[in-house]
Amino acid sequence: MATSVKVLKRPKLNLLEQTYLPQVMAGLVTTFKHVPQVKDTVSYPEEKWIPRDGYRGLHRLNKDEDGRIKCVACEMCSSACPAHCITIEAEVSPWEDREKIPKRYDIDLLRCIFCGMCEEACPEDAIELTEIYDFCGYIREDFIADKDTLLHIYDLTADGNYYRDLERSQKLFFTGHKGAEDREVSPEYTRNLLKW
Amino acid sequence: MPVDLLLIGVKAAIFLGIWLTLVPAMVLVERRLSAFMQDRLGPNRVGPFGIVQPIADALKFFFKEDVIPHHVDKALYLLAPAAILIPSLVTFSVIPLTEPFGFSLFGQDIHFKFQIADVSIGILFVFAVASLGVYGIVLGGWASNNKYSLLGGLRSSAQMISYEIAMGLAALSVLMMAGSLSIFDIIQMQIFNGETGKLFGVLPVSGWLIFHQPLAALIFIIAVFAETNRLPFDLPEAEQELVGGYHTEYGSMKFAAFFMAEYCNMVTGSALIIALFLGGWSTLFFDPWVAGLPVFFKIFVQFSVFMTKLIVVLFFFVVVRWTLPRFRYDQLMNLGWKVFFELALLNVVITAVVIGFMSVS
Repeated sequence: MATSVKVLKRPKLNLLEQTYLPQVMAGLVTTFKHVPQVKDTVSYPEEKWIPRDGYRGLHRLNKDEDGRIKCVACEMCSSACPAHCITIEAEVSPWEDREKIPKRYDIDLLRCIFCGMCEEACPEDAIELTEIYDFCGYIREDFIADKDTLLHIYDLTADGNYYRDLERSQKLFFTGHKGAEDREVSPEYTRNLLKW
Repeated sequence: MPVDLLLIGVKAAIFLGIWLTLVPAMVLVERRLSAFMQDRLGPNRVGPFGIVQPIADALKFFFKEDVIPHHVDKALYLLAPAAILIPSLVTFSVIPLTEPFGFSLFGQDIHFKFQIADVSIGILFVFAVASLGVYGIVLGGWASNNKYSLLGGLRSSAQMISYEIAMGLAALSVLMMAGSLSIFDIIQMQIFNGETGKLFGVLPVSGWLIFHQPLAALIFIIAVFAETNRLPFDLPEAEQELVGGYHTEYGSMKFAAFFMAEYCNMVTGSALIIALFLGGWSTLFFDPWVAGLPVFFKIFVQFSVFMTKLIVVLFFFVVVRWTLPRFRYDQLMNLGWKVFFELALLNVVITAVVIGFMSVS
């Protein structure tokens, strides 16, 4: 079957249209219609954009029903991590149902690319990425999220309303939540930075 | 004599005050309104609704380092911002904002004209001075020693010269109807004809010339857009092609001078449009009523009417800027020389024939 070709003809403009004035007027009307419309701008510190489901923001370490850390220190996440940003040190579990728990669980957020591979790799659904996108800190050490921080983030985001609860999100989440005063800058970390 | 000097000073202060209020207000309105038209919010952080934003901008300009690049022609480089700002300010001085009125001050009777200088050649003066504005742009482009600036300056001079012809011819048909060069006489004619309904004796419409000379009004308004280098005719500063155009090499307050001159030109151009085509301080149908008011009330009403019209026309400038895309350079030249020039000439001929016919019969 031969393809039928539809020939489009350039519409002929009448005299009025050739002056472009009606089109200009129509354009002005369109411009005007936008003035009272609802604006797309989000006034950031006062309003916050609510991420969609599945947004990959700050990590958290989940807790089970008893409030214990879910992680079993299997190191699947740190193996899967393409940016090598997860450091895990295991210790013997105090509980019967597992052998190990993490003694130390650090995520270097400056190195993290928020790809979500750790979440994919985790057999226990212990690590998850949350919707938090506006965390901040003053020095590089602030951006190492340790185990306590990650568990604290679970408490903040467990109900999934982090940004809907404006008061909670008004306090910019500070990864170095222990405060600037009693922060220790470990020489070890600085050395590691240089090494990488 | 001292009283006269005092009055001149007061007038100058009023006009400068109007200008210094309108220009920053325009900058803010432009930014906020354009934001609204693009479904954004615009600057709303400095003061309530962002109304202090222009002051913040001005402060920023004042405190910026005043850089003079080493490759520029220093004298011309410094002259250019002044050369563009002064003509736009001077043009505004011959536009009357109200009728003249008399009052007595220090035992002297004073005939107060609400314009800095009542020049009998009014409109010619406006064209003469306004065309000097192109020197600022050309000088700025030339002195910058930068190809983009130079291109911007050249484009601008070509554009302004082309559109001045159409503008002059459009104004000529108005002058023929008024029989006077004085802007005050032109406004008075519009009011007078509105009262008697005798203009051409055809339609019982208002005396505003936009109803009697729609073609001239259209050409004039478009030419004013071209003269003020506003979109859709902002080729001298087409960012995508020319970085910043003629003011690429300028910073801090010198850039601000160019920026203010653009807005000042808009104010002057709008005032001209109002004086020539929108009846100045005429109130469409309430002129006889306004004329019967006590003097100071009358002056106040006339002044408010003129200012309201000014704001409306400036608003129109903004809306047009954010609606229409820029013309290509050859399109601009074609439009100027092959369309507007002929149309304006035709309009002059038709006006002349009609006036001649009216005077014979």
